[in-house]
Formats: sequence, structure tokens, C-alpha cells
Amino acid sequence: MSLSAAIGQTPSPSPVVDAAVVRSPGYWTGVLRRLSRDPVAMTALVVIVLLLLMAIFAPYIAPADPSKGSMLRRLKPIGFPGYPLGADELGRDMLSRLIHGGRLSLLMGVTPVPIAFVIGSLLGITAGYVGGLTNTLIMRTVDVFYAFPSVLLAVALSGALGAGLTNALVSLTLVFVPPIARVAESVTTQVRGLDYIDAARASGAKAGSIIRVHVLGNVLGPIFVYATSLVSVSMILASGLSFLGLGVRPPEPEWGLMLNTLRTAIYTQPMVAALPGVMIFITSIAFNMVSDGLRSAMDVKS
Amino acid sequence: MIIGEPAHLPDGPDRGGPAQPLLSVRDLVKHFPVKGKGLFGKGAVVRAVDGVSFDIRKGETLGVVGESGCGKSTTARLLMHLIKADSGEMVFDGEKVGADLDLTAYRRQVQMVFQDSYASLNPRLTIEESIAYGPQVHGVSAAKARAKAHDLLARVGLEPGRFAGRYPHELSGGQRQRINIARALALEPRLVILDEAVSALDKSVEAQVLNLLQDLKDEFGLTYVFISHDLNVVKFIVDRVMVMYLGKVAEIGEGPAVFGAPRHPYTAALLASMPKMDPDARSAEAPLTGDPPNPINPPSGCRFHTRCALAEPVCSVQEPPLAAMEGLQEAACLMALPGSGHSRAPAPVEAAA
Amino acid sequence: MLLYILKRILYVLPVAIGVSIVCFLLVHITPGDPLTAVLPVDATLELQQQMRALYGFDKPLPVQYGLWIWRVVQGDLGASIATGRPVTSEVFNAVKNSLALAAAATLIGFVAGAGLGILAGYFRGGWVDRIASFVSVLGVSVPHYWLGMVLVIIFSVQLGWLPATGGGPQGSASRSWDWDYLRFLVLPAVTMSVIPMGIIARTVKALVGEILNQEFVHALAAKGLTERGVFRHVIKNAAPTAFAVMGLQLGYLLGGSILIETVFSWPGTGFLLNAAIFQRDLPLLQGSILVLALFFVFLNLTVDILQAAIDPRVQRA
Repeated sequence: MSLSAAIGQTPSPSPVVDAAVVRSPGYWTGVLRRLSRDPVAMTALVVIVLLLLMAIFAPYIAPADPSKGSMLRRLKPIGFPGYPLGADELGRDMLSRLIHGGRLSLLMGVTPVPIAFVIGSLLGITAGYVGGLTNTLIMRTVDVFYAFPSVLLAVALSGALGAGLTNALVSLTLVFVPPIARVAESVTTQVRGLDYIDAARASGAKAGSIIRVHVLGNVLGPIFVYATSLVSVSMILASGLSFLGLGVRPPEPEWGLMLNTLRTAIYTQPMVAALPGVMIFITSIAFNMVSDGLRSAMDVKS
Repeated sequence: MIIGEPAHLPDGPDRGGPAQPLLSVRDLVKHFPVKGKGLFGKGAVVRAVDGVSFDIRKGETLGVVGESGCGKSTTARLLMHLIKADSGEMVFDGEKVGADLDLTAYRRQVQMVFQDSYASLNPRLTIEESIAYGPQVHGVSAAKARAKAHDLLARVGLEPGRFAGRYPHELSGGQRQRINIARALALEPRLVILDEAVSALDKSVEAQVLNLLQDLKDEFGLTYVFISHDLNVVKFIVDRVMVMYLGKVAEIGEGPAVFGAPRHPYTAALLASMPKMDPDARSAEAPLTGDPPNPINPPSGCRFHTRCALAEPVCSVQEPPLAAMEGLQEAACLMALPGSGHSRAPAPVEAAA
Repeated sequence: MLLYILKRILYVLPVAIGVSIVCFLLVHITPGDPLTAVLPVDATLELQQQMRALYGFDKPLPVQYGLWIWRVVQGDLGASIATGRPVTSEVFNAVKNSLALAAAATLIGFVAGAGLGILAGYFRGGWVDRIASFVSVLGVSVPHYWLGMVLVIIFSVQLGWLPATGGGPQGSASRSWDWDYLRFLVLPAVTMSVIPMGIIARTVKALVGEILNQEFVHALAAKGLTERGVFRHVIKNAAPTAFAVMGLQLGYLLGGSILIETVFSWPGTGFLLNAAIFQRDLPLLQGSILVLALFFVFLNLTVDILQAAIDPRVQRA
């Protein structure tokens, strides 16, 4: 008697009714639930959302035109009438510039990571799953770029490409591809060696289906957490490039660039000069804390 | 309620008749290159499986036993085509695998249950998704595959309503292994390879799963390859048994014959090293001492001669072939080979003919 | 062991070659001709051709790379386009200064970070742990170039204790190790030390926690070893990894010093890089990046080998 015949003949002992099936919450539901119970991470998440809203609605929130200066009101202290956070070296309203500066700073700091996440995962997962010569080729190339300290690579690339937003984005993306690819490769190699991959192969599944159903679901999580931890680094590096004059060009408001142009003001208006750095700091801490929270929320040892 | 799809086997399940072996394995070889041995270790290989031939008969349970590192699991993976053999051929019910029978079709008829019940289930899939995956790969609709998964869950003793929507980490080892069995059966295979499938379970759970396996075998007309290092379990479940030593077949034959009158000293030693229930039957000294030799440089001649109590000089020179004996028992030992030069070998056969 | 060293070197060699190719190609991804920066705008075509031939820019890329790498292995990184001085000596003078800064920063960062990490790991879950963890999060999140500015504001501008910028007293050509010089090092080194501090604190905390959880520590405690005795074992077991992380951090700092050196006008490689980028002095840019990256590669190698020498388990990994 064949298996199918046997199953067809005997009525199923318990009714196969959907409503009767107990469904456990999925992995990601659990992660989100744990994350939502982490007060530090949630606070940081609120900060990030507020920063994003601030950047998106900058023209509606900012009290003044961020590019309108006044020679008479150069370097005014915090609380100067009409300038709640003072005025910069060209007499522009600091508050408005900080609000507007969030646009480019967040754009430059955040976007390289998701792009690098896609490219790095693609490279790493391919290398890890295919193995052999493909792995050697991809990973040795990645190793070469990984051999540069990240700041040096970012500076070297944008230095060679020349200043500008696009070039800065390209260099930052290139900086983050190698570490993400390495993590992706090692996680994929690990998962690939597990029996459930063999079981899937034994069922006759093609590589594409196995990667989609069995590999991605188990490797994207760890790679994603790692990538979120890079956002904070990316923020600091992106503003750092502008600080060096390799990112956004004046007179665009951007926190790193503002920090640079206000450097000479440390003797006259130190508090004002330090303000843009505070914004970078807050953003960077917030991203770090969300990343930490996500990491512990995903770490189910039970 | 009709759930099962009619089997899509080319000419019905059993084509060659009961006398034709379900799977015939000839001269299977797999050597693994040794990695990480530095610059000078190049060319060294582990002779994991080194020329293995045997038949799996229809409807039987063939046990495969041996110490760890003897090539049992490599053989299982070779049978499943999870790793590529260096050489050798397999004929499945008369069709050469890879030539007459393509791999996808072969894999529908041969399935495997792994030792590690947790590692063999995708932690991100629910139980029903894991079981339904195989049929879906072969074109069964999602709804039908799911219904089949529920039905199989019931068959392996797990209530579908309670278990279908759960994740592997929420279940016990025994429950997970039942799920792995259900997953293997979802493709309606004819041959199931059980690679240490009950070894990691508690004794009480192990017995339940073994009984389940017996029931399923009878119900679905399955053939099993049962790989284990636990001779007590093997004795209980198998029809025939194959003993492996260092990548080679030492002895193969009917279970009662091999267990009752082993012809290879290695089999005898393995049996003697089994824990005995009867205190009087216990031996004071270990029949088998030391670890098996390194499979990178296996001993010359008979591979067992370094640990064999009955070894003679000829054993380190001449490699014994698998010799047929009465009762369809075969052993690769010079003592079983007429005229081999070993003092305990039977006289040459010409006289008997 | 010798085999392990040999294997590591064989592995590093292709990476080093790859690094040199990337450095070489940097010049060629620049928009425009590498010479446009130095040539006068109204230079005749003939002059342009001459200069191009002089620098070898007229040959195909692989040939140019071959010629370039052949000179590099002989220690010749070419001449700076802006100053005409050999790049090799410029870079090595700068490396000395950067190394002094990075080493001081690593030392401060290691002491502070290891202290924090040990406290956090030892009093896990307590308030000490929470404070230490918070400090290390601050350490990895702070934009260090901004921190440098803040420190200058406090200690130079407001308090007047330490010089704000520069590598030494005015007009002095050579370095010495007295306070007149060292006071210039304090602020940049402290600023830079927050980068490794956070990372070392996290590593040490994890290590200490892990070791305290291991069975042999329970066994030691069960044998009646005092708290201090157990602690000594913990330190001994955590030290190799912690030192390895420290070694890698030194390399990162040396390569990543450009931001801090810019803030403090420290006459190191970062400063040199900055000048090279803005004067479009490509041989100088190429040379300094190559030296820094190779330094990092070989530092990694050294750390690996030292770690394997201390802890034989590493070799097998």
C-alpha cells in the first residue's frame, strides 16, 4: 500500500479545521514585543522619529531662513533676541540651521547603511552559500577593502573622488559593504551547514527556493542587527567628512560642516560653536541604543 | 476525506518485483581532502567511504553499525546524494540514479531523518510549513500540502490542532523527531534513511519513536536504512545488518545470523562490548581496545588487523574481499576466505564443488 | 607555530597586494587628469605631454602599476607634486607624530576601558554595570572631532591649562619628551582615547562575564580560592583577547586620526592627508594612504601571531 493510498483511505483522526490550530507568535512578533518593553530603546526610537520628522518638516518648523545672514548679527550668544540658539559666523539663525541641517546630516549618515546592507548581504550570502572559488573571489576582494581602517577608506575615497554629497555617499557605502559582507558570509556559512538545509536539499528543492525559504529567514536578522549598529558610526563619519570639507559644500546647512565653519568661534561663542556636535551626538546615541535594544530583543537563548 | 495525491511514480511504485533490490550500491567511494593541515599536508585524504557495495531489499530494515568515524553517516549522505560520491553507482529499483532516474525523481522516493532533531528543522518555519515544504517543492498546492502536513502530524501521533502552528523550539526532542519523520514521509518515499534518528532521545522516548517507525513501515510499505551505534536498538529493529569499519564493509547478513554467529572478529568484538543484562555474561576485559586507526592512513591489508586478536602476518599484507558464506552472510575476513593463507581459513572450495 | 606564522603571512600577502592596487587606482578614479592640479591653466599641449610622460601617465594602467609598485618596494613613493620633496620622508615624519598620538590614546583608552569593563563584568546587572555600560555607549557614540572642540573650549579657552593646537612649542624642529612637548599631546590623546575606550570596555565586560560563568571559575571558588585569587584567574584569561583588541585599535586610530589631527592641527599623517587632498597632491595622497593601510595590515598580522603565541587555541580556529 502506498503512502498516498493509506492517507486517502483512513479518515483523519482529528478535524483539520483552521480555527482549531493553535498559532504561536512568529519570531519577529516576539522580537517586536520584547523591543517594545525596553524603555531605553523605545525612548531612543522616539528621539529618532522626532529627528526624522524635524528633518522632513524643517521648512515648516524652522523660525527663520537658514541661509539668510546678517553681517550685524554675527556670532550672537544663545538667547539673543530673535535668535533662540544664537547666530553663526555669518549671522544666520542657529536654530533654523540646526533644524535644516538634519536633512543632509541624516540623509548622508543613514542612507549608506541600507545600501551597503543590500550589497553586502548579496555578496556575503552568495559567497557563503555557493562556497568554493566564488567564496574565495568575493571574500578576498572584501578583505582588501576591510584591510583599510574605516575612516581612512572614507577619507581616501572621497578625497580621490572630490567633495560633494554623491561622492560622500558612494565612499561611505563602500566603507560599510565589506564589514556587512563578512558578517553575512559567516552567518550564511554557519546556516548552510545545518541539517535543515540538507533536509531541504534532500526534498529536491532548487537552490533558489532553499535560499529564499531557509537561508534568508535565518541570516537576514543577524545581518540586519549588525547593520543597525553601523548607522551610528555612519552618522559620525558622514558629518566627519563634511567637517573635513569632503562632504556637503557651504553654504548648505549640515551639522558636520557647521561644526567646521564655527571652529574659529570657540574663543568668542563656545556654546554656539559646540551646538551642531550636540545634534550629531544625540542622533548617534539614539541609533546606538535602538541597535543595542534590537540586539538583545533578538537574542533568544531560551 | 481524500487528502493524499495519487503517487506520480513513473510506472507505479514497485516495478522490478520483490526480488529486485530497491537500491543497489556498487563500489561507493568518498574521500575528503584534509583541510587546514598547512602547506605540506596537500594531497592527504580521509578515506571516509572506501569502496562499499551492498543491496537494500524491498521492505526490509537494513541496519548499519560501527564505531564513530567508520563512514556510516557519510554513507547515508551519499545515499541521499547530499554529497557527491567520488565514484561508484547506485541503481534504484532497476534504474541507474543520475542516468535513467534523475536526481529530483530519486529524491522523492528516498528521504532521510537526521540525528539532531533541532538542527534539522528550520527555526523560522512553523511545523506545518516545514512538513509542507517538500510537497510544495514538487508542485503540490499550498492548501493541499498543508492538509497533508496535518494528516501526517496525526499519523506520527501529534495532534495537528496543537502542533501545526508551533515553532520547533517550543517542542521536546521526541516531538521534533516525530515531526522530522512526518516531513520525510510527506514526499511519499519508498526508502527512508534514518541516520542515528533515535540516538539523541531519552530511552523511554526512543522506544516510542521506534514503535512509531515500525508502525509507519508496515502502514506505508517502507524500506528503512537504520544507522546507529547502539547495537541493542539495531538488534531490536533490523532485518539485516551491515557492519562497517574504517570506510569498508566488514560484515553483512541477516540480523539473527550476524548477531548470533558473527564471522568477522570486529563484529564479534562489537557484540562482546555491548552492555549485558546478565551479570554472569559480563566480561572483565574490554574486547575492543583503543580508538580506530586514522582513516587518513588506514592500516595495510585488512584494516582491522591492528586491533584484531586473531591477526596473523598475512592479515597485514592481503586485503580480504567480502566473501559470501552460508545463510547469505558475507564477511571481509581472511578467516572466512577459503585458501587465504590464514591458519583458521577454511580449505579451498574446489573439493566441495 | 612556525607553520601558522607562514600561513598567516601567505594569507596576508595577497591582501597587501590588493591594498596596493586600491591605493594605486585611487589616483585614477579622480575626475580629470592627475596633473591638472599642478599645471598652469594656460599650459601648452606640449608641456602637458611632457609632464605626462615625465610622470608616466601616458602608459597603460598595468604598466603604470608595475612601475609604481617596483619603486614602492624599493622605498620610493615618488615626489610630492606640491612641494617636490620625496613622499617617503614626508610620510615617515608624519607617521612618527601620528604613532605617538595613537599610542598615547590607545594606552589611555585601554586603561580606562579595561577598568570600566572589569567593573561592569564583575558587578553585572548592578548600578556600576549600568554606569559603565552607559559610559561606553557614550564613548562609541560621541563624534570625537566635536569632543576635541569641547575639550579645547574647556581646558584651553576657559581654563587655559593646555595648548589648543599644534604639535609642540613654536619654532622647535625636533621632538623631545619633556612637559613642554607632552602638554600638546594631552588633549588630542584624551580625545582620541574615547574611541578605543568604549570598544575595549565592551570587549572586557563580555570576556569577564563569560569567564566568570565558566565551570573552572566555579571550581576554583569551590576549592576555596579567595575572591582576589579568582579575579587573578579572570584577568589572566581575559588578557590575550583584550590585548589583541587593543592592538587592532591602535591601527584604527593611526588610520583614523585625520579628524582629530585636523581639530588639533597635530602634524601627523591626518594633517598630511588633509593637505594632500586639498592641494590635489596625488602622489602624497597615494603614498600616505598606502603606508597607513599597510601598517594596519601588518599590525593585524602581528596581533594574530602574538595572540597565537600566547593562546594556542587561536591557531586551531
